[in-house]
Amino acid sequence: MNLRKLRFFATLPIERNSYKNAKREKTMKKLLKACTGLVAVMSLATQAVAAEALKELGKGEGELSIVAWAGYIERGETDKNYDWVTDFEKETGCKVTVKTAATSDEMVALMNEGGFDLVTASGDASLRLIAGKRVQPINTDLIPSWKSLDERLQNAPWHTVDGTHYGTPYVWGPNVLMYNTDAFKGEAPKSWKVVFEETTLPDGKSNKGRVQAYDGPIYIADAALYLMAHKPELGIKDPYELNEDQYKAALDLLRGQRELVSRYWHDAMIQIDDFKNEGVVATGSWPFQVNLLAAEKAKVASTFPEEGVTGWADTTMLHADSEHPNCAYMWMEHSLKPKVQGDVAAWFGAVPSVPAACKGNELLGDAGCETNGFGHFEQIKFWRTPKAKCETQGECVPYHRWVSDYIGVIGGR
Amino acid sequence: MSTATSNSAVLEGRSGITARLSDLFWRRPNLLLILMLSPPLLWLGIIYIGSLLSLLAQSFFSIDEFSGLIVYEFTLSTYKQLLLASNFDIILRTVAMATLVTVASAIIAFPIAYYAARYAHGKWKALFYLGVMLPLWSSYLVKIYAWKLILAKEGILTWGFEQLHLTWLLEGILSLPVIGGNSLSVSYLGTFIVFVYIWLPYMILPTQAALERVPSNLIEAAGDLGATPNQTFRTVLLPLALPGVIAGSIFTFSLTLGDYIIPQIIGSSRLFIGQAVYTQQGTAGNVPLAAAFSVVPILIMAVYLWAAKKKGAFDAL
Repeated sequence: MNLRKLRFFATLPIERNSYKNAKREKTMKKLLKACTGLVAVMSLATQAVAAEALKELGKGEGELSIVAWAGYIERGETDKNYDWVTDFEKETGCKVTVKTAATSDEMVALMNEGGFDLVTASGDASLRLIAGKRVQPINTDLIPSWKSLDERLQNAPWHTVDGTHYGTPYVWGPNVLMYNTDAFKGEAPKSWKVVFEETTLPDGKSNKGRVQAYDGPIYIADAALYLMAHKPELGIKDPYELNEDQYKAALDLLRGQRELVSRYWHDAMIQIDDFKNEGVVATGSWPFQVNLLAAEKAKVASTFPEEGVTGWADTTMLHADSEHPNCAYMWMEHSLKPKVQGDVAAWFGAVPSVPAACKGNELLGDAGCETNGFGHFEQIKFWRTPKAKCETQGECVPYHRWVSDYIGVIGGR
Repeated sequence: MSTATSNSAVLEGRSGITARLSDLFWRRPNLLLILMLSPPLLWLGIIYIGSLLSLLAQSFFSIDEFSGLIVYEFTLSTYKQLLLASNFDIILRTVAMATLVTVASAIIAFPIAYYAARYAHGKWKALFYLGVMLPLWSSYLVKIYAWKLILAKEGILTWGFEQLHLTWLLEGILSLPVIGGNSLSVSYLGTFIVFVYIWLPYMILPTQAALERVPSNLIEAAGDLGATPNQTFRTVLLPLALPGVIAGSIFTFSLTLGDYIIPQIIGSSRLFIGQAVYTQQGTAGNVPLAAAFSVVPILIMAVYLWAAKKKGAFDAL
């Protein structure tokens, strides 16, 4: 849902090759989404009771269907160096089919519809799937590589409920502050202040018209994160759980930011272009753009400001009525192999969930994990859908209001 | 003799399926018509109108304030939301842009179409058609991205102004309130320029078709009777060509009204109707509001088409 960001992130490799395709896909997805409501209602009626976790692994069923962010499951069709499906099919005999989804909403709808085995759900979709009993608990004993997982992710709240695991972590990543090293005279900005408030940058010019903000309502959380550090009197404990006053303060901050921002970004390629041709010098961004720009020898670097950052983390989850659970377990095991993890991470500028993947991966490089944010896990507030009922405050502003109000902020209201 | 005559007057039924079918269709022409028309009509009726109606029906539902789930009960509250300042801004912005784009396209297209209709012959006419149609052959997205580079702050246009020592002019234009911005590619002006460029062929072609149908002797007669060129234009040429211009304006207006890609790539990130629909139903899951938004251009176009029909625009297509 709020993972529009991820979705663009994920579709990028494809969009780079053919924007026309992406456009056609968009139209199709629009149609698809028109039916989403209907599907959601129908599926409520047929919802099954959550199954018990698998006790032991049998032979592969020969097939496996995965709902994934576009490009998350690559078989070397876009770039032959990036292929982590062919080997799996050879080893296990499980033929993989991938259904790409553009938003978390679509993922939830597809899983409700049924007929799929696995989904690479992001933080906001995963809990909804668990609550809706659309995914089953997994038996971590059947996944030998589970032990190799990053300990910080093993019990992450976006896939673990009451001590039960509902999937294997895939990859994660932060939203970093990307800046132009010339404009900042080689010194990394310490605070998000450079994108939220009008200031004079080290090169002597104002930041007005030279910063960007993310074009998605979830960005309100970034503003809340900034306020957490700078206006403690508001009492924000969690940037995804805001009461009316805190929410209003975040919106006010963003309204001020509107004066500084010429264009909001959501397409990574457009942002890269803006850095090169529009004189943009500071913005929230993903390691992906930083890496691409750095590869082109642009004067760009990224940093984790003192306020912390927001980020995303995805989990491979197993459908409650999966017809190919053995193949699914084999895939979950496969997806945690250091080689696969490293390749996926390199493809996206993400961080692998298996620390061993950080070393010796050709595509990722030895510095890849650190660049993409491996050491900053604790500083990352991972994306979640803001809900009306929240833990820290009791009553919070729900996500659909974030959407309409952020539209207003960008529109100058 | 008599039997032979009756035989030749009424042919006996032929054997064989195709022959009998052909007989059947010949006797009942309506049956053939129904068979030929039903697939496209079913397509239009079920796939197109049906899905459209099911979307529009959603606009009478609402989203639950607390859970964010859709409440399947009839309500007009979603339409009331359209009148909220931030949403109404989107509608006004889009309609204003569509109107300006249409007017500008008409003004630019008229002389081009006039030249093509009156003066271009032979290979020049072919060249004209090629010139107008050529941009339509390349991908819409490629053109928009090209424009993004042209209009960028460090793009070719800024460079051109610099070479001509006219930077002050560009900066002057960009410092104008509302239409200005940090650079052309992040201002309303940039969005406007690209819209006009992309939709211009759709204005030129109908205008040219209408102008070709204006008898040249009428223009000459007007001149002979002492009308100044200006008078001829206002009282003879324009009224006769107007249906063509209106026909073109249907394209430019409706296409601008519904587009959601140009303002996303070039402009100040302020939403247009198409983007609002996309955001509300895609990211927010607020299908009712998205549906209500999509009713707006439909209503506007209904009124527009009705007015255009009154002016005889459909005869010029």
